[in-house]
Amino acid sequence: MSVSDDHTRLNADSAAIAADSDDSEVRATLAAATPLMLESGASLGPFTVAYQTYGRLDANRGNAVLICHALTGDHHVASSHPITGKPGWWHQMVGPGLPIDTERYFVICANVLGGCMGTTGPKEINPATGAVYGLDFPVITIADMVNAQALLLDHLGIDSLFCVIGGSMGGMQVLQWAASYPERVFAAVPIATAPRHSAQNIAFHEVGRQAIMTDPEWRHGRYLVEGTRPRAGLAVARMAAHITYLSEPALHRKFGRRLQNREKLGYGFEADFQVESYLRHQGSTFVDRFDANSYLYITRAMDYFDLAAAHGGVLSRAFAGTATRFCVVSFTSDWLFPTAENRTIVHALNAVAANVSFVEIETDKGHDAFLLDEPDFVRTLTGFLGSAWAARCRSLGP
Amino acid sequence: MSGPTGAVRIDHLVIADMIAPGSKVLDVGCGDGALLQHLAETKGIDGRGIDLRPAGVKRCVARGLSVDLGDADTDLDDYPSDAFDFVILSQTLQATRNPREVLRSLLRIGRRAVVSFPNFGYWRVRLHLLLRGTMPVTSCLSEPWYSTPNIHLCTIYDFTVLVDELGLAVERSLTVDRRGRISHIARSGGRANLLGEQGVFLLRKDR
Repeated sequence: MSVSDDHTRLNADSAAIAADSDDSEVRATLAAATPLMLESGASLGPFTVAYQTYGRLDANRGNAVLICHALTGDHHVASSHPITGKPGWWHQMVGPGLPIDTERYFVICANVLGGCMGTTGPKEINPATGAVYGLDFPVITIADMVNAQALLLDHLGIDSLFCVIGGSMGGMQVLQWAASYPERVFAAVPIATAPRHSAQNIAFHEVGRQAIMTDPEWRHGRYLVEGTRPRAGLAVARMAAHITYLSEPALHRKFGRRLQNREKLGYGFEADFQVESYLRHQGSTFVDRFDANSYLYITRAMDYFDLAAAHGGVLSRAFAGTATRFCVVSFTSDWLFPTAENRTIVHALNAVAANVSFVEIETDKGHDAFLLDEPDFVRTLTGFLGSAWAARCRSLGP
Repeated sequence: MSGPTGAVRIDHLVIADMIAPGSKVLDVGCGDGALLQHLAETKGIDGRGIDLRPAGVKRCVARGLSVDLGDADTDLDDYPSDAFDFVILSQTLQATRNPREVLRSLLRIGRRAVVSFPNFGYWRVRLHLLLRGTMPVTSCLSEPWYSTPNIHLCTIYDFTVLVDELGLAVERSLTVDRRGRISHIARSGGRANLLGEQGVFLLRKDR
């Protein structure tokens, strides 16, 4: 279980890369010679990217699938999480014989820039000062995350991806990939996402950030230096956000107005209701695995995302001339990234006559449905990836 | 609207005969994708589809077709002009809210359009209304009046008048009857409007 760069050198052959492709995490040091220029104008480098791979890279290096994770996700896609011990967040979608079939594809997932699971972020040491970054970490954007991933692909010697796929913030990265590196993306699957973060979603993020920043233990972002943790603030941020990932019918089905460990109302402010108890649990377990400052940085990156604005206010220009095949997926009960937002992506792609499929999956499970085993979703992904793979094989030749 | 997989509908064969091999095709109202699949297999087309029924779209994407959930009445505006060699509207025109605008859009997006529709002038339809006095139900018009999606039915004659009015050219026009017999409208004169169960037209932009 080596954590080293040696297996993934540019000149390594595919077998050597495949040797790393069990459940082990790998870390790469990137932008060592030239720092990465960030959208903000700041620069960053060298920095570390922690990533996981599954499956084997073909000799022609044509079967790589990049999975982009969501706000609080990480690169532990299909293997157990090192802190929680839970199965990977997309274990039902990624593996042998599953839609993202690791017997066919070489799957890569990297912790995003600004993250807290091994990739350089605000909780890491700033090599320039020898101290924890904290708020000295530069504000990063979705495009910065994608540029960092592109450096990782360079490092792995992968010119072109068979597919980039991800939901929510992962879907934003997919769109950014298709816009920034169209020649490196054969197929793109943005799921439950939007081409820009809506006012409502920015508002929810601001509630979360305020919960963190008004926690006295946050210490203006210096909590790691001062030996405190803004646990309460981060937990409240998670609780508020978690509601937005579900739906009213799903919450009702799961909890209704049922009471938690009691027969009647307590006439106080304990967690009388099961739904309160559930949210408190979600909040308190989240703080064990996530860094509060990372939460600030990553939510900010999502807020700043506006792909049309970066292309003269016309979203379709982001995809002009694209040869990428797209499959956009939304979920009926997702009110955080509703079908209408996903449809704006489809409209923009149709405006440039791109090859696009668009499916709305019927479910009452809300935004989180993309993480769950929805049969229609599985069939859609299997069908799309299967036909895109056949086209990929035709284009790569024998 | 969709035939069972394996069996190819006769009107699909007629439409396929009008599509040039290897062309870029948009099928508006593609249902479960049977026609797109047939065209991909027999003509090697680069095909896309749109349909407003989620179940059909899901089946299409699951079988590997590029299809998106959309509405012919509202979503054709998205597409750029001359983006496709052929745009197909198979048994869908009569279900649109604004057939005239849809027809215009087809020939903006595509260099050619193939339109098939049930002929309300078909003798069985006429006879049904005449003798029974109830809304006709035939193999092409299988739903009763209160649940049919077909809100803008027309005869072959009506359609040719609209095509004229829009300044479109008819390259080929056929009728297909229930036994799959094909007749050329140009050669059958006025009889096509009486004898054809459905009309299939290949249209071009300018006369």
